[in-house]
Amino acid sequence: MFFLKRLLLALPTLFGVAVVVFVLLRVVPGDPIAMMIPPGASQADVQNLRAAYGLDQPIPVQFGRWLSEVARGEFGTSISLREDVMKLVAGRLPATLELCAVAMVVAVILGIAAGVVAVRWKGRWPEWLADGLSGLGLAIPDFLWGLLGILVLGVLWPLLPVSGRIDPRIEFDPGSRFFLLAAVVSGRFDVLAELLRHMVLPALALAIPLAAALARVVKGSLAEAMTQDYVLVARAKGYSRSRVILRVALRNALIPAITLTGVQFTFLVGGTVLVETIFSFPGIGNLAIGAVLQRDLPLIQGLVLVFAVLFIAINLCVDATYVALDPRVRRP
Amino acid sequence: MRVSPKLGFGLGVYLGLVLLAFGAHWIAPHDPLEQDLLNTFAPPAWRDGGTSTFWLGTDSLGRDILSRLIHGSRVAVTVALIAATCAGILGTVLGLCAGYFGGWVDTVVSRIVDVWMAFPPVLLSIVLAAVLGAGLHTVVIAIVVIDWTRFCRVVRAEVMVQKSRDYVTSALTIGLSPWRILTGEVVPNVVPLLITLFTLEMGIAIVVEAVLSFAGLSVANDDATWGSMIQEGRQFVRQAWWLMVAPMVCIVLSVLAANALGDGLRERFDPLLRRERP
Amino acid sequence: MTPPVLLDIDGLRVSVGGRPVLRDVSLQVRSGEIAGLVGESGAGKTMAGRAVLGLLPDAARVLSGEIRFDGTDLLSLKARAREALLGRDIALIPQNPMTALNPVARIGTQIVDGLRMHLGLDRNGARARAVELLQAVHLPDPESLLRRFPHELSGGMRQRVLIASAFSCRPRLVIADEPTTALDVTVQKQCLRLIRELQRQHATAVLFVTHDLGVVAKLCDSVAVMHGGRILEFRSGDDIFRAPRHPYTRALLAATPRFDRPGDTLVPVSAEVLARLQEEVDVYDAAH
Repeated sequence: MFFLKRLLLALPTLFGVAVVVFVLLRVVPGDPIAMMIPPGASQADVQNLRAAYGLDQPIPVQFGRWLSEVARGEFGTSISLREDVMKLVAGRLPATLELCAVAMVVAVILGIAAGVVAVRWKGRWPEWLADGLSGLGLAIPDFLWGLLGILVLGVLWPLLPVSGRIDPRIEFDPGSRFFLLAAVVSGRFDVLAELLRHMVLPALALAIPLAAALARVVKGSLAEAMTQDYVLVARAKGYSRSRVILRVALRNALIPAITLTGVQFTFLVGGTVLVETIFSFPGIGNLAIGAVLQRDLPLIQGLVLVFAVLFIAINLCVDATYVALDPRVRRP
Repeated sequence: MRVSPKLGFGLGVYLGLVLLAFGAHWIAPHDPLEQDLLNTFAPPAWRDGGTSTFWLGTDSLGRDILSRLIHGSRVAVTVALIAATCAGILGTVLGLCAGYFGGWVDTVVSRIVDVWMAFPPVLLSIVLAAVLGAGLHTVVIAIVVIDWTRFCRVVRAEVMVQKSRDYVTSALTIGLSPWRILTGEVVPNVVPLLITLFTLEMGIAIVVEAVLSFAGLSVANDDATWGSMIQEGRQFVRQAWWLMVAPMVCIVLSVLAANALGDGLRERFDPLLRRERP
Repeated sequence: MTPPVLLDIDGLRVSVGGRPVLRDVSLQVRSGEIAGLVGESGAGKTMAGRAVLGLLPDAARVLSGEIRFDGTDLLSLKARAREALLGRDIALIPQNPMTALNPVARIGTQIVDGLRMHLGLDRNGARARAVELLQAVHLPDPESLLRRFPHELSGGMRQRVLIASAFSCRPRLVIADEPTTALDVTVQKQCLRLIRELQRQHATAVLFVTHDLGVVAKLCDSVAVMHGGRILEFRSGDDIFRAPRHPYTRALLAATPRFDRPGDTLVPVSAEVLARLQEEVDVYDAAH
């Protein structure tokens, strides 16, 4: 019930994104045909092309047609890569999904750990360390973390691969584009290790800013939770400081922390645009910059809408976590 | 007047940056575009083979890195100042209106802010860059379009708080017009907050500029920007890692300085803002 | 024959952020007896209770004094040893049942955790014991109650859960910190009766912190009257009510409605008495 409501609430957002994309890409730049025609085409050719794309119709009609195409996943053919946009995106989406999933897990673990450490050892060096690291993590954007990773662990001490998703020499038939999942299911743990090795640096680059934001918020809400009556009562039952944090306060603290950082999870996905480019990681983020530089409008449309769907899905997942953590909202 | 270390660091770096940006022509030891093909990939002066002619070495075309960094600060500072100012003005005006007049004005503005914040910045900048094409104006517009909501939200909330306080009510009772109250009473109280936000926004703007110029969506390529220098340096990271590191250090330093300045100012202004709530 | 002293607070001085909150507090609780600690809000009663638990706020400092529990000095105890004592030998019934239970954990977990930690019971053993405990506080359908969350329970039910939890490891001392203040009058009575019942059954010593002299009169074997962080007098309950020595105690008694003498007019504590108390505090602070 709760999710159905959330899903329905998400639809207007998606519609809004669609409108913005349509308006910006179709109306503002003037004539999309002008970018498609070869030089020296006759006026008649242009007219024919316009008619073929329905561009001679009024704007609302164009929008309706475009919307129904988009809803069916028909984004047209990429101008720069000469491939069906939907196919292109679908082929690359799994890589991005896996990368983001790993990065989010890493970010959540690091962020919560740092927040807990800062509260557990309040006023002593672990707190200052956690504060300093989260300050740095927030100040330095994800792509710089990626480059730093390449420099330190790829070049100065070449311990980790800095490009691609998997070593092409490895023989592995995943059967789908979800390599990580396939490796786990088929029990190829050598491949799994190889995949993860390729993911360490890009995932960390994506994870660090989110982890830092999480650490800040978790620290704050955990400190707040520690002043609550139920913590005192638990302490009076003989819970040690660590135990009371982990067993009692943390779960309470995560509820506000998740509401406050929900948006940051979508930022992580947005970060793939640069980070995947830096690490030549074959995901959808990697396509975006090229598409923009080439003004590949069909591809940009497809990417933006797929990203929008991803963001909405992530928001739903964040909501789901919230519901799972807080028994008070489970039965409204 | 005592200056906290945070404030000192932030102010110092920022003043230095502005000085470099405006005095780039006089301060930079070389022309940032002058190529010296006999001296490509010169290491920094303190490393083996480095010379004091090129303090931080040269890039793949033999251009002086230090000079390029200094000229790069022009772009960074220009973008930061213009974009943060525009975003600040736009957000503040809308926030003031929403907070002060309430009613449908507030509803409309708040609704737009909500939808806007749900729209991830990356998507906005991609779409904008695709529409507007590469260039400095794209960078500035992208920052303004993305970040006006920060100012708007904070200003609106603060105005609501200020409005409910006694002095605004008493100003109304003695017959001051809403406009007089807005400019004369509310604005001065929101200014400290705005200054803090503005400094933080400068840091954000510098990063966004770096991101977009790194992606090739900012100014034309041979003009020096920190982002494009990182992009160039990345290709030669195995031969000459300092090419990439030097601009990275500049960006990180600027952002840390912006954060320190913002934090320091917030601490300084806090007693002003923390009057007892009604 | 008087039972032996179980808890002995001796000359306890505590300050919070440099401001004194406990000034030479001394009182004893004997095994199996209920000692009342009475005073207005801000008198330092709660702080005294928290000092016994070793759970003073971060800004608090113990300046001098001792708290002996069955001979061991609680203040010099290491954290680990104190935590082993808390919940098992010394338990707390908190003030506000609405905020004292962890809102995101099931009732069962909150009781079972302590049992497993202190009594070394396994999951099933602890669950069975938890059911018994909830039955002992007269809560209906304890099995299903264990699976519920705090927000599904009324205030009175929550306080029963907290009382059950406090008595779960058969502690020798229970600190009841205004356990009925936040409850309705009818529920108050039931809870007091319950505490009394369990206390008798297990021969538990109770330090009963309250501002309600009426409750103290009914419940307590001995009474300490507190004001401004000082114990003004500490004597047996009968003595204090029959022949109060300190003017403040007399004033408090005059300000308390009594069911046995409904015709009496109530007199608020006079400014004169309060001025004298302040003077005493000033003299004390000047000496330290």
